Amino acid sequence: MNESLAIETRELTKIYGSGHTEVVAMRDASVGVRGGQVVALLGPSGAGKSTFLTAVGLINPPTSGQILIGGLPVLDGPIPLVNLRSFRRKHIGYVFQKSNLIPFLSARENVQVALELNGSSSRRARHRALELLEELGVAERAENGPSMLSAGEQQRVAIARALANQPSVILADEPTAALDSHRGRQVMELFRGVAHQHGAGVIVVTHDHRTLEVFDMIYEMEDGLIRQGSSNATTDRGQGTGGQSLDFSVKRVRGVFRWKPGATGPAT
Amino acid sequence: MNLAAKDIRHNLGRFALTVFGIGMLLMIVMGMGGIYRGLVEDATLLVERIGADLWIVQRDTRGPFAEVSRVPKTLVYRVLAVPSVETAREFVFHTVQREHNGKPLRMSVLGLSWPLDKGEWLPLVAGRPLAQNHYEMVADKTLGLRLNERIKLGKETYTIVGITSGMASTAGDGMIFVTVWDSQAIQFDTPGEAMRLERAARDRRGRTEDIFLSQPILTEQLSRPTAELPAVASPELSAVVVRVAPGADPDAAAATIASWGDVSVFTKAGQEELLLKGMVDKSRRQLGMFRTLLTIIAAIIMALILYTLTLDKLHSIALLKLIGAPDRTILGLILQQAIVLGGVGYLIAYIVGQKLFPYFPRRVVLTNEDLLQLVVIVLGISVLSSFLGIWKAMRVEPNESLMG
Repeated sequence: MNESLAIETRELTKIYGSGHTEVVAMRDASVGVRGGQVVALLGPSGAGKSTFLTAVGLINPPTSGQILIGGLPVLDGPIPLVNLRSFRRKHIGYVFQKSNLIPFLSARENVQVALELNGSSSRRARHRALELLEELGVAERAENGPSMLSAGEQQRVAIARALANQPSVILADEPTAALDSHRGRQVMELFRGVAHQHGAGVIVVTHDHRTLEVFDMIYEMEDGLIRQGSSNATTDRGQGTGGQSLDFSVKRVRGVFRWKPGATGPAT
Repeated sequence: MNLAAKDIRHNLGRFALTVFGIGMLLMIVMGMGGIYRGLVEDATLLVERIGADLWIVQRDTRGPFAEVSRVPKTLVYRVLAVPSVETAREFVFHTVQREHNGKPLRMSVLGLSWPLDKGEWLPLVAGRPLAQNHYEMVADKTLGLRLNERIKLGKETYTIVGITSGMASTAGDGMIFVTVWDSQAIQFDTPGEAMRLERAARDRRGRTEDIFLSQPILTEQLSRPTAELPAVASPELSAVVVRVAPGADPDAAAATIASWGDVSVFTKAGQEELLLKGMVDKSRRQLGMFRTLLTIIAAIIMALILYTLTLDKLHSIALLKLIGAPDRTILGLILQQAIVLGGVGYLIAYIVGQKLFPYFPRRVVLTNEDLLQLVVIVLGISVLSSFLGIWKAMRVEPNESLMG
């Protein structure tokens, strides 16, 4: 595997329950994302996308497999190799379907808290938070609470928070689900912009096929198996994880990328 | 950034209402302690203020506060003859209940040994001590009597010449101070009809007994009031209070007087101990139990409130964990709110208590020691009661922020 990869997963498997109640939510998922690359993860509900994302986000450890962030092994199966919470704070930014802002903090404070938790002084954190909100076009709503913001504004504040500590990894779970197509596209463009600007590896779980052209790479997931799409035909910025034989293709059909099963089975 | 303060500000109305409720509860805890202190102070008030070194009471009694004690008036002169005794005063103490302005008025009457004692030692807030040996009275302000007001007790009318503050009996009744003579007149007042019946009975006996037939002057004597009859003893005292000469040993004087067969002697400390152990002890223990129970109830309620406040924040706590907040941040959030809840509740209890306690029927005395002790207890239960919320918060997984 390439050591410069921002995110690298090696044969991640997640099994819930045991015996008769055993459910394999994710099997042998291997993915590599370079810094500056924006990757989509598609798949039907229950495919295991969120399991994968939470595993990579170091909040739901896999049963087996390895996770490396910036080339550093952080999880070996369920065993943490670093202080996960501290690592998350410094290296991972999260954006969710629902913006998940802290309701008792203003937009500015929601961003500021992430900076302060990472050791910034209150004054510097405040300044930086306002800068980020300005960058994302919500500075005028900085002192409003989440309940006073529109869904799009909330999402942008959440993105600002995710970017606050300049993480090497940004994980987004259906960030455009609550947005109209225009806003959804704006948010996706934003991800691409920040990925390129900050050099972060971005994984976006999405059902929103309207925005797929912004991704550098598209993965599909079904029944716990992850299958890598080729690099996006339109943008052509992708790069595989390397070392894997991937024998299936992604074709653009009426503006939507679909995984077309190839001659071989899913990648392992 | 202080997350606890931000959360409080966000839910200010609800938090303020919760704190006010806790404050009211703590005010009752504070009040219970104050009532206990008041009880102890009331019980020992007279013993403290009257300035007596020794109390001489009826033999084998614990009087005059614990039970009825009767000693003859002549005891004062006997006691004065004891070496090292500087002063000996008559002490009469009893409780009366009369109608005043259509309402029952319960008063503890203390007789002052005129002219030796005019009540100069009383804590007057208005007026003056007694200036004549009859028909003047100093009353405690809790009785609601006004300066120069006239009040009829028995057959006589007394004028209020002074108002004291904080003078109540062990039972919490406000006190009045008159001369011993007047206090006995109030105590042994007999209705006119009863006197007429008694006189008729004496007259009837006089007509049947040889001695009255042979000495008609005796029949004439019998028609006079009881107190004026030379053959009938004058009303007795409750006790004699003694002050020993400066430098003299009160125990030596007590030993001399205790050797007499008709009296018992208590030192000031002994009388106080009797009052506290005998009369106040049960009330003290009962108040103590109430106070302990209320403190436990306050702790339980605070724990439930803090737990509920934590439950309301679980999603935010999970989110904070997700973005890497260390446990100490979460712990600080809950603990600070618990301390604010307890601390502000305590302040409310103190402020509201200061306004309300003077209207309580019994005296509520807040001492610095008790207030300090309650602060420590409140902060202690604040911390303890936050444990349930902290336990819940520590169990929250960061991925719970992704749910709902």
